[in-house]
Amino acid sequence: MFDVNEIRKDFPILAEEAHAGVPLVYLDSAASSQKPTAVIDAMNNYYRRYNANVHRGIHRLSEDATNAYEDARRRVSEFIHSPSPEQVILVRNATEGMNLLAYTWGIANLRPGDEVLTTEMEHHANIVPWQMICEMTGATLRYVSFTEDGLLDMDALPDLLTEKTKLFAFTAASNVFGTINPVKELVAKAHAVGALTAVDAAQSVPHSIVDVQDLNCDFLVFSSHKMCGPTGMGVLYGKRELLEAMPPFMGGGDMIRRVSMEKSTWNDLPYKFEAGTPSIAEGIGLGAAVDYLNQVGMDNIHHHEQLITRYALEAMSEVPGLKIMGPKQAELRGGLVSFTVDGLHPHDIAQLLDGDGIAVRAGHHCAMPLHKKLGIGASARASFYLHTTTEEVDLLVASLHRARKVFRL
Amino acid sequence: MSMQMYREQILDLYENPLNHGALDPHDFSYEEDNPLCGDVIKIDVRMGEDGRVTEVAWSGDGCAISQASASLVTEEIKGLTLEEIKKLDKDFILELLGIPLSMARIKCATLSLKVLKAGAYGIPDKSEMRKHL
Repeated sequence: MFDVNEIRKDFPILAEEAHAGVPLVYLDSAASSQKPTAVIDAMNNYYRRYNANVHRGIHRLSEDATNAYEDARRRVSEFIHSPSPEQVILVRNATEGMNLLAYTWGIANLRPGDEVLTTEMEHHANIVPWQMICEMTGATLRYVSFTEDGLLDMDALPDLLTEKTKLFAFTAASNVFGTINPVKELVAKAHAVGALTAVDAAQSVPHSIVDVQDLNCDFLVFSSHKMCGPTGMGVLYGKRELLEAMPPFMGGGDMIRRVSMEKSTWNDLPYKFEAGTPSIAEGIGLGAAVDYLNQVGMDNIHHHEQLITRYALEAMSEVPGLKIMGPKQAELRGGLVSFTVDGLHPHDIAQLLDGDGIAVRAGHHCAMPLHKKLGIGASARASFYLHTTTEEVDLLVASLHRARKVFRL
Repeated sequence: MSMQMYREQILDLYENPLNHGALDPHDFSYEEDNPLCGDVIKIDVRMGEDGRVTEVAWSGDGCAISQASASLVTEEIKGLTLEEIKKLDKDFILELLGIPLSMARIKCATLSLKVLKAGAYGIPDKSEMRKHL
């Protein structure tokens, strides 16, 4: 039984005040989620009771640390239905995962005349690495546009996705529009022309069941800190034969099998891509986050966010001059609402909301091309998670009305 | 802090900016954005024969703080020399605005001064730079 008031007790920060006497209303989970006690405790427990390096020491602490870290990898692997934990490369965040892919697979496989296809609704993390690698390799970067409703322009796809396309890198869910893209369909379309697929799942893994085998995607990246886990941890999933064929990313300890003065041979998956001492506490923290999300139930989380989003779309549209970006139908969206208010700059909106204890994001949300195409410099975004209540949405709406009054609108 | 930030004068300047527009020809012009939020400010300046600012105009898009600051800064530099402009600092802006600002918003407040100083130092205009490249 999903009870949001019980869920809220799991997050100690929700009992904090934003300012003296003003309760915190945290509507910025899409930027970074809050952490439940279970995650904070798991990390503290590692530091207090078995802190040591992994994959090396022949002593109790190191063995405990290695077991906990590798156990976390197994749970993450199961969480995304990866065929094996070796295909779960632990990196710093989704951005590093995408860069790893660009610098290893990209440099090894892209040539002049090849094309990488992405979309106009991407986070910079899925644009900039490909710009850099295309510049290096002479490949061309192309973009699928979006419709007025913030949906991918599927009609434009046949002209863009061709036998020249070597990789289609796209987001599973837009961090600005909230649009949930038809990942499985896009993967199938890419495979039909012989292209590989890389899915930016930073906004989907935290909010819904993601099954990499069912999606049949070739690569997928996401960040721990958006799914109740700590910062400094993320995942690159890949199909085994592709990961095995890729050269390593960074050189150093852990990623080698044998090193001589002349030459080194690489370690097996996943360690080939994990040079140096990893973020051990953060890996263990992500494992605890996955346990927590499983315990609440991803279906429950998705259902709750749908409820809140539907409520927010309706409540927010009553604010005069407020324009909601992205799909009109809640079922096509994840748990976030980006918006503008006529006569109020997004920065001023965020500032005035903060005065009422409400945390939202304002700016271009690391999606400058998207905002440029819409002809706006910035937008404001309220994003929801499993602990968001309808009362918090009411507070947001009331505060937006007040912000308009301050600006004499 | 939020309510103190939006005091009367700031909102008045947001609604009715001072020195808003463009000057062509001008002696120097500069445009810069705040990559964090997408605010843009462009300032055009005309100098007199005595080496002092005679006319100044600004245009751009941004939040109330950055827009009010542009009005105040452009008003204040009339009659100053380039050397005097180069000496203006963050405190000059904060004093002009007279409101408490958080770290994030100080960037909004100082954008117009940054633009003005880049122009005064003769750093080539971004659009000019592109033409030459």
